[in-house]
Amino acid sequence: MIARREPSPLARTTTGFLFVAIVCWIFADIAISTSDPWREFGLLLKGIVTPDFYATNSLGLALAYTLAFALLGVALANIFGFGLALIFHSRTVRVGCAFIRSIHELFWALIFLQMFGLSPLTGVLAIAIPYAGIIAKVYAEILEEADQRPLSAVPVGAGRASTFLFVRLPDAWAHFRNYSMYRLECGLRSSAVLGFIGLPTLGFHLETAFKEGYYSEVSALLIMFYLVIATMRIWMKKPLLPVYLIGAVIVLPWGVAFSLSNIIRFLTEDIIPYPLRAGGENMMSAFGDWLSLLLLDQALPGMVATIQLTMIALVATGLLTLVFFPLISPLLLGRAARTGGHTFLVIVRSTPEYILAFVLLNLWGPSMLPAIVALSLHNAAIIGHLIGRYTETIRLRIDAAKGANRYFYEVLPRVYRPMLALLFYRWEIILRETAILGILGIATLGFYVDSAFADLRFDRALLLILVTAMLNICVDSISRSIRSRLRLQTTLEQR
Amino acid sequence: MALLQLKDESAGYNGKEILRGLNVTIDPGERIALVGESGAGKSTLLRLFYERLGAKAALMPQDSALVQALTVFHNVYMGRLHQRSVWRNLRNLVLPARADVEEVRKVLVPLRLEEKIFSGVGELSGGQYQRTALARALFHTGDVIVADEPVSSVDEHQAREILETMNAQKQTVILAMHDRALAIEFADRLIGVKDGQIVMDQESAGMTPGDLDNLYLNGVE
Repeated sequence: MIARREPSPLARTTTGFLFVAIVCWIFADIAISTSDPWREFGLLLKGIVTPDFYATNSLGLALAYTLAFALLGVALANIFGFGLALIFHSRTVRVGCAFIRSIHELFWALIFLQMFGLSPLTGVLAIAIPYAGIIAKVYAEILEEADQRPLSAVPVGAGRASTFLFVRLPDAWAHFRNYSMYRLECGLRSSAVLGFIGLPTLGFHLETAFKEGYYSEVSALLIMFYLVIATMRIWMKKPLLPVYLIGAVIVLPWGVAFSLSNIIRFLTEDIIPYPLRAGGENMMSAFGDWLSLLLLDQALPGMVATIQLTMIALVATGLLTLVFFPLISPLLLGRAARTGGHTFLVIVRSTPEYILAFVLLNLWGPSMLPAIVALSLHNAAIIGHLIGRYTETIRLRIDAAKGANRYFYEVLPRVYRPMLALLFYRWEIILRETAILGILGIATLGFYVDSAFADLRFDRALLLILVTAMLNICVDSISRSIRSRLRLQTTLEQR
Repeated sequence: MALLQLKDESAGYNGKEILRGLNVTIDPGERIALVGESGAGKSTLLRLFYERLGAKAALMPQDSALVQALTVFHNVYMGRLHQRSVWRNLRNLVLPARADVEEVRKVLVPLRLEEKIFSGVGELSGGQYQRTALARALFHTGDVIVADEPVSSVDEHQAREILETMNAQKQTVILAMHDRALAIEFADRLIGVKDGQIVMDQESAGMTPGDLDNLYLNGVE
């Protein structure tokens, strides 16, 4: 008799995550509450196919601001990120970077908004700071994985700086350049979304136009945005970079004044927990009450909802990826169909999940459903693209099965591991995004953060942001341990 | 005076002792080949020599170890990285100085690589690649070259050319070689390594490849 095989660790992990997601789904609020969602959807579709580029005369300026924030933010992040990558072996630097990147750029923007108001500094720093933390980590990994063999041929007595310049930097440089381009694309998305909290980028006009029901204007704004991203490899040329950066500095409205006393008050008073600020003899017990009330009434429910939504979105992303990657795989589809697949995936992954969620939320009413759909669509389009590209490297034997048999027997088993690797790699990113979607009214941590800012309770807002950051760091380390236990690796090109 | 002297020393790799009881003296002007089975410890011994020689020696590592992202010029220039200031090195990385290009060109001409001076090393053929690694070692100003299997991936014609150039341009040559005939032809002293020890150390004059058989057999047959 043949003994039954133990399920593989990969299968066990998959089942475990599926089970958790199903439980989360059962307790989730996923109702569509608007009375006639399809009518509004019809109007939106009509607007999408009839874009109106002249609806607003601020379209050009909004685009320029979006580009300017992204360019300056990513440039600064590159400089600081590179510097930090060189000293990434220090534990303090590693922990510091993990901390600054665990706070989403929108949260950074909400903080800087209190300090610098609508000055361009708010937008630039909101992008530069978390991106510097991400870039430092990725650049440090790139340097670590660079070809070390030429080191042995360096003459005895060559200085560390010269050795670094000639042996480690050249191989890493191409990776740095590629990654910077990817970061700039992310920066453009972040920059657009910053408009939703008041900065003068595309998101600002998008929100207004959408709320007013001017769907043709929404369409025009989105089309311009896609064009900018799709043509990035054409307009982003090395010799032109200084021109763009100087242009970005010139175009931004630096004249917006901010007061130093405001900044000082924010840092030394506003963010200090209220009971500590008030003092008095019962200070510590008052602080204890303040803290436990905040943690129990806001942080805890916010965390539960954030984790619940993240788990559903993670598994939904995985399922959707299984459908998305064949759209661009030469093993499964012909050239014409793949062109359509590419276009579809580019549009879906270029749309920031925040904007997708915003649109769906307006169509379907407040529940977790818009967030689940937005997060899984966006992330599945990214992973689907990478996995689809990966299948280009697979060589099938000539007599390999066709159609569904090929998908299940030849392709899926080969891509499953890399797909899980990417999925777990993005887990933390999905969580960060889930928290932020709270600003739109879904009861994740961002909802409580946003409400605290709205009520000018900056002490609460900051504590809730710290809780969010800690949650992020936890998930990141769980994801890393799962990936190393299952030996799931992502390549440099996929980060 | 001897270039290098080992007295009852041992050598290892990653903290593991591989060779012991080493007694070797190397004088300037010698042409030495280390012979023995792969895995016998030739590379370990070669590395020990290189460490002792310091800046006097240029190393040609086993897999050539060129920096893929750089040009032939940059890879060859690396041979003098230790003799120039960081600023000069940085400058040459971004925009090669005319004087240094001229110096590098002089090394490349006899190796038939002049045309390739600003090509990326990824575009080179196997022979050109190996000759670039040699050019880097020749550009190094030391009198000694230490080379680990420098001709392992080229045909015999190119192998002879590389070995002749080495002998002509460097005062002292220390090689690890698995090709016995070439070792006897180009070296005047052979050091045989087997079972973690030096088992043979003699002049190569008059030897035939068959004389080295016992280095390569396990002794059972």
